[in-house]
Amino acid sequence: MKFSVRAKGRTINLNIRPVPPVRVGVAVAALSLAVAVAVGAASTASASPSVSITVASLVPGATASATAQFNTQVKQFEAANPGIHVTSVQYDWTGPTFAAELAAGTLPTVFTVPFTDGRSLGAAGQLANLTKYAKSYSWFKDFNPAAIAEGTDSKGQVVAIPEAAYAQGLQYNRQLFADAHLNPNDPPTTWAQVATDAQAIVKANPNVAGFSMMGANDNTAGWILTTLAYAFGGRMETGIGAKAVATFNNAGAVAALNMIHTLRWTDNVMGSNFGLSWGTSNQAFAAGQIGMFVSGSDVYTNMVQADSIPAGIYGLAALPLQGKGAGALGGGTLAAVKPTATQAQIAASMKWINFYYMQPLVNKTQAIRNAKSLTADNQPVGVPEFPIFNAKTYELAQKWIQPYINVPQSAFAPFNKAILKDQLIPEPEAATQAIYGDLDSVVEDVLTDQNANIPALLAAANSAGQASIAQAYASS
Amino acid sequence: MSTLDPIAPNENRKASLPTRAVTGVPPPRADRGTPMTWVKQGGLTKLLFLLPLLFVFGAFSWYPIVRLVLMSFQFTNLVQPAKWVGLANFSEVIHDPLFPIAVRNTAEFAGLALLFGYPVPLIMAVLISEVRRWRGLYSVLAYLPVVIPPVVSVLLWKTFYDAASNGVFNTILGWVGIGPQQWIQSQAQAMPSLVLESTWANAGSTVIIYLAALTGVNRELYEAASADGAGLWKKLWHVTLPQLRTVLLVTMILQIIGTAQVFIEPWLFTQGGPANSTLTVMLLIYDYAFGNSLGAAYGEAAALSLMLVAFLTVFSLIYLRATRSWSTQ
Repeated sequence: MKFSVRAKGRTINLNIRPVPPVRVGVAVAALSLAVAVAVGAASTASASPSVSITVASLVPGATASATAQFNTQVKQFEAANPGIHVTSVQYDWTGPTFAAELAAGTLPTVFTVPFTDGRSLGAAGQLANLTKYAKSYSWFKDFNPAAIAEGTDSKGQVVAIPEAAYAQGLQYNRQLFADAHLNPNDPPTTWAQVATDAQAIVKANPNVAGFSMMGANDNTAGWILTTLAYAFGGRMETGIGAKAVATFNNAGAVAALNMIHTLRWTDNVMGSNFGLSWGTSNQAFAAGQIGMFVSGSDVYTNMVQADSIPAGIYGLAALPLQGKGAGALGGGTLAAVKPTATQAQIAASMKWINFYYMQPLVNKTQAIRNAKSLTADNQPVGVPEFPIFNAKTYELAQKWIQPYINVPQSAFAPFNKAILKDQLIPEPEAATQAIYGDLDSVVEDVLTDQNANIPALLAAANSAGQASIAQAYASS
Repeated sequence: MSTLDPIAPNENRKASLPTRAVTGVPPPRADRGTPMTWVKQGGLTKLLFLLPLLFVFGAFSWYPIVRLVLMSFQFTNLVQPAKWVGLANFSEVIHDPLFPIAVRNTAEFAGLALLFGYPVPLIMAVLISEVRRWRGLYSVLAYLPVVIPPVVSVLLWKTFYDAASNGVFNTILGWVGIGPQQWIQSQAQAMPSLVLESTWANAGSTVIIYLAALTGVNRELYEAASADGAGLWKKLWHVTLPQLRTVLLVTMILQIIGTAQVFIEPWLFTQGGPANSTLTVMLLIYDYAFGNSLGAAYGEAAALSLMLVAFLTVFSLIYLRATRSWSTQ
């Protein structure tokens, strides 16, 4: 028998001789046996992992070394927990994509959410109840009460585990500071200095933004406006839960928006792109297009992992605080499990949360192994964090990783020096993301309309914000 | 002329119908409606072939439509059991201050697209049909933007719309002495900027439709018009447009329906900004459903979707009725 097969543009001629029936029978029997063995082996292999979970890994676009480092940790976990199979999926929390994935049931089994959403999602039954598993770990009792409160719903159920906390800071480009003959080790400590330094940066580099602000209509503009309002002593809400009252039109918010208006329209130091979001701000900063901007103290890790920020240009300072009651907005990240997970998956997920998020903070061996692994893969170790555990546990963990710290401490020195003295203020408690969404358009208006009427904009947004609060608690 | 002659006049065809009875075709039998007859006549086979289609339409079109209608009367976060809330979702939408803004912006987009985007493909098609050489090449060039994925087109145009003085469009404007524009970062310029990109991206499909329709126009009409002394403009006005009127009416209603549902451009360019100046109805629906990370307004999203469907249905019916006499002249 002759067959001609075309493969990749070539013709391959196969000569197949007719086979006697007995030999066919033997061949079929052998093939059946081989298939049976293979199926048996496959079923044995698949029987081994008794539970499978998917876990959030790094943001899309993470560097190869960051991904390799994460995969190594997955292998270490699977080796230490036979019977649990872990599949990692790239994950980047944004309000719209998270809501879509939550509704569609396509979130990984273990994922992260901001402090702002933990309690609300838990109250709406959108997170798995982790109480009995979480409380079985010795570290649970050592949580900073304010941090674990973010992951505890109104019934006292633990629905999420705090894994990191941050304070908002002033990110600045040391190279652009040097180019403008400013001292990179002496970043601005007042908003007036921010304005003059931004002018100096633009004068030296006309194509960069001296000061930039997230202005995208994806809640980030409202988040930064809230941060700036806090820095001027304002608050966006009073009260909690359904009784919360929106107070957008406060003196701090007005002062912050007036400052933004001056930087944008009078000083003209905010560049030409006013629609930046969290990720695109990081990219632009890492690309040397931004002199200063406001974001979380933990953002350097992402800039290394996703934006390949050149070593040496990064600097972090505490936010200038001005006026009575001024403080730095603080937030954080919670690890959570999706509500449709089985009990076995929840138990396995808690083991992963313990291994990946908690052990590097509470276990000397794991902390050192984690730090060594990160250092080997050129990932940052020593980025400023806020303690989610009590002070003693935090200081101990810092001591363990001290020899492996590879981020330039001088870059974080201005922040570390000032932040401990500053008041840390949590994000608005009720309908937080919706509130930020309502404030987005105020920031956009100020950035795109020279004649923007700031009090009127805040008043209109305040009505929308109050409606958002009412809607958030409409079902309760 | 044979009664089966395909070019027989209609009158002859009508007259020939009774001849079926005497040409050996059996008359319908009395037991035609029984299930057994249906099976014998191949009903099962037809059903078998229909099943994949029914499944696909049922699962991906009809079931979601039914769910949407139900959801518009419910409060649900798609995790916990839904609660019936009557017309509360519709009331919330109507009283939302963003609702009139979204309607106004959608009308502005549709209006601008009609004003600028509707004539462009027609002009392009007429010009292409008039050229004697490279007609195929011009058709390909006109259609090329349609082949580019919409997201890629928008990212490309975002670069063009860079508000810096060295942005692509601003550089071109600089050559003729016009200063840099803010484009999608200006509340006044954002919507026209979106329409401009949308026209570029979508004109190709309509150009192809018009080119096909133009081939059906009897050349003798042009020759007769020329003999009567008509120039290009008069031929276009008195011959081309009347001959294309049916196609023009269809493409107009399709464009209005399409632009009323505009989403990709405002979502990818501006996310509805700056300051809600490009917030459209579809974007508001999306924001209801997914703008809040807690995803609690699916009912309102469904309610506004139904309102949009109802509006477009009524509008289409009125449009078809109003233009019926014109399209059948």
